[in-house]
Amino acid sequence: MSARLMLGNEAIAAGAYDAGVGFVSSYPGTPSTEITEYIAEYDVYAEWAPNEKVAVECALGASVAGVRALAAMKHVGLNVAADPLFTASYTGVNGGLVICVADDPGMHSSQNEQDSRHYARASKIIMLEPSDSAECYAFTKAAFDISERFDTPVIIRLTTRVAHSRSSVETTGKSSVSRREYTKNIGKYVMMPAMARGRHKFIEQRGESIVSFSETSDLNNIEYNDKKIGVITSGICYQYAREALGDTASYLKLGIVWPLADKLINEFIDNVEQCWVLEELDPFIEQYVRAGRISDIRGKNMFTMLGEYSARMIKSVVLGAENKFLALDNLPVRPPALCNGCPHTKVFEALKSIDGLIITGDIGCYTLGALPPLSMLDTCVCMGASVSMAHGMLKAQTGESKIVSVLGDSTFIHSGITGLINMVYNKSPGTVLILDNSTTGMTGHQDNPATGLTLKGEPTWPLNLEKLCEAVGVRRVVTVDPYNAEEIRAAILNETAANEPSVVICRRPCVLLKAKQNRSKSHQA
Amino acid sequence: MISILIAGVGGQGTLLASKILGVAALNKGMDVKVSEVHGMSQRGGSVVTYVRFGKEKIWSPIIDEGGADVLLAFEELEAARSLTCLKPGGTVVVSTQRINPATVTIGVAVYPENCVQMLRDAGANVIAADAMALAKKAGNVRAVNIALIGTLAAACETGLTREDFERALTELIPAQYLEVNLKAFELGYNYKDQ
Repeated sequence: MSARLMLGNEAIAAGAYDAGVGFVSSYPGTPSTEITEYIAEYDVYAEWAPNEKVAVECALGASVAGVRALAAMKHVGLNVAADPLFTASYTGVNGGLVICVADDPGMHSSQNEQDSRHYARASKIIMLEPSDSAECYAFTKAAFDISERFDTPVIIRLTTRVAHSRSSVETTGKSSVSRREYTKNIGKYVMMPAMARGRHKFIEQRGESIVSFSETSDLNNIEYNDKKIGVITSGICYQYAREALGDTASYLKLGIVWPLADKLINEFIDNVEQCWVLEELDPFIEQYVRAGRISDIRGKNMFTMLGEYSARMIKSVVLGAENKFLALDNLPVRPPALCNGCPHTKVFEALKSIDGLIITGDIGCYTLGALPPLSMLDTCVCMGASVSMAHGMLKAQTGESKIVSVLGDSTFIHSGITGLINMVYNKSPGTVLILDNSTTGMTGHQDNPATGLTLKGEPTWPLNLEKLCEAVGVRRVVTVDPYNAEEIRAAILNETAANEPSVVICRRPCVLLKAKQNRSKSHQA
Repeated sequence: MISILIAGVGGQGTLLASKILGVAALNKGMDVKVSEVHGMSQRGGSVVTYVRFGKEKIWSPIIDEGGADVLLAFEELEAARSLTCLKPGGTVVVSTQRINPATVTIGVAVYPENCVQMLRDAGANVIAADAMALAKKAGNVRAVNIALIGTLAAACETGLTREDFERALTELIPAQYLEVNLKAFELGYNYKDQ
């Protein structure tokens, strides 16, 4: 097989396919989205779930039934899926279960910079971290075997630079994996206190077995060169360190970032003069190493908890090297913006024409409405929070401000609906604007339960947003066209004046979606 | 080894350009790394893509300050913004297109009058091409990124021949658009900056 240039996410998909994955369920989120889009191109069952919790539960179900399963998400998605994650660690698996999580150091497309490695430690689940596309492929294949061998889910952690870089991959062919038989096992799959106590004992033992495995696994790798400087690292930082320091340093590259291989790490530290730990975000490996031995470890105190590392940064901190470069100052910035003709802009213009509104925002293209010249949002925290935060503000407020929530169709289905149920149940007079552009726009136009199409492009029963809102008890549901300025303004004025919960569905397809459909039509022609 | 930074505005086709460079180098048996930016910043914001290839092993997929041999810019202001990544003595291949950012449109910032001259004054070797005009001449304005790659191919020491680029284009561009793009590449290749 000749080498191909693959995106990290594409290589994860190829690895999962070649490992015989039979079920994939995910929710889109940058930088993880393409994993599932590439898997959907294979003859494998794959779907978009309404959120990450649902995706992980579905994948666990498929695993218990005996099929190799995968769920992919961005870092904040793992927060949504944390509930099933911690107990999936207890049940373990039948068919291999792999959870891919993509962190975003530098926040290229995210609302926070969380380090998902803490989840591996907290949930006692093994975590692998590849450093390029070839490793994305190889580690994913290995992950399914590890999952079945140790009866554990396996988390694969990516960061943006690994997920969204291309490098060459040589695939090694599809393994023949047969479906495992399902046998009822209440002690393993029904996690009530009595059974979970037994499983807790098991996962502690499993942890010890995985540590022994980690000590000798070729997923971890020591490369001795000049021993004056030794670098313990993983993922993209390995590439940066290798670029910056070359053969003038020795490397312990950890492919298994949890649990950590004590003996291997100690052996390495003993063999080098000056030991550095190079890792982006939290000092996860470093604190573990420091806790085990009080040695002269250099790391976070010389670097930063914020953003990304780079080869240049490593060169200048570790070697004290200076690097000159050119620069032009005072250039106008070019922030991202809503596209020309975007229906969201029309909604924001209508909102802007009304005084005294507080607008709680959410995660999607419409978050760009917070930037000038619109500057329309008051809050943006996480998926679905626009609705729940509006409820809290309404209950807490003493002033006269009207509160409006703004979120998209996909985000509403993901986790806005539970906030709306709460708004009705606990009687707050909020107005929820669902900006229904008939797609999941920001992540690159994925279908969702309301679009009437599956990930594979098959027609399905579309979720009716009007009926859904009515069914949870909202009596005031109106649908308007964002291009009709008068109609939308009138609807917002009417609904914010009402003393009960209301929903305004602002429906018009994304302008890019139209362009995309026209292009694919002309391609077919 | 060569490090090429591609700078532009979301929607200008920087990803396709990086793919063409990457595939051409891979076909030549070189090691290649390409790093892209997806998601929010694609919506009309500044976008940079890094392409690094060579006969030796390529480690980092990222180009740091002062690390690019070539800055391939699809827009003047974005060329100026990315200058900080150019090696002293490096080359800038820039399309003389100007796209106003929202900050300029709403009047809180001013588009610099003379980006190309600013780049030259800062010490960069600059090849400025009206790639849009070349693409129009080739028959499709959408081929503007390919015309600019043609200019890069002729002007910069990439270790790749004209045929290597043409082979990559043939591999990556749908058949019905290939002829226009090959023409645009040729016009860019033969372009000489005064």
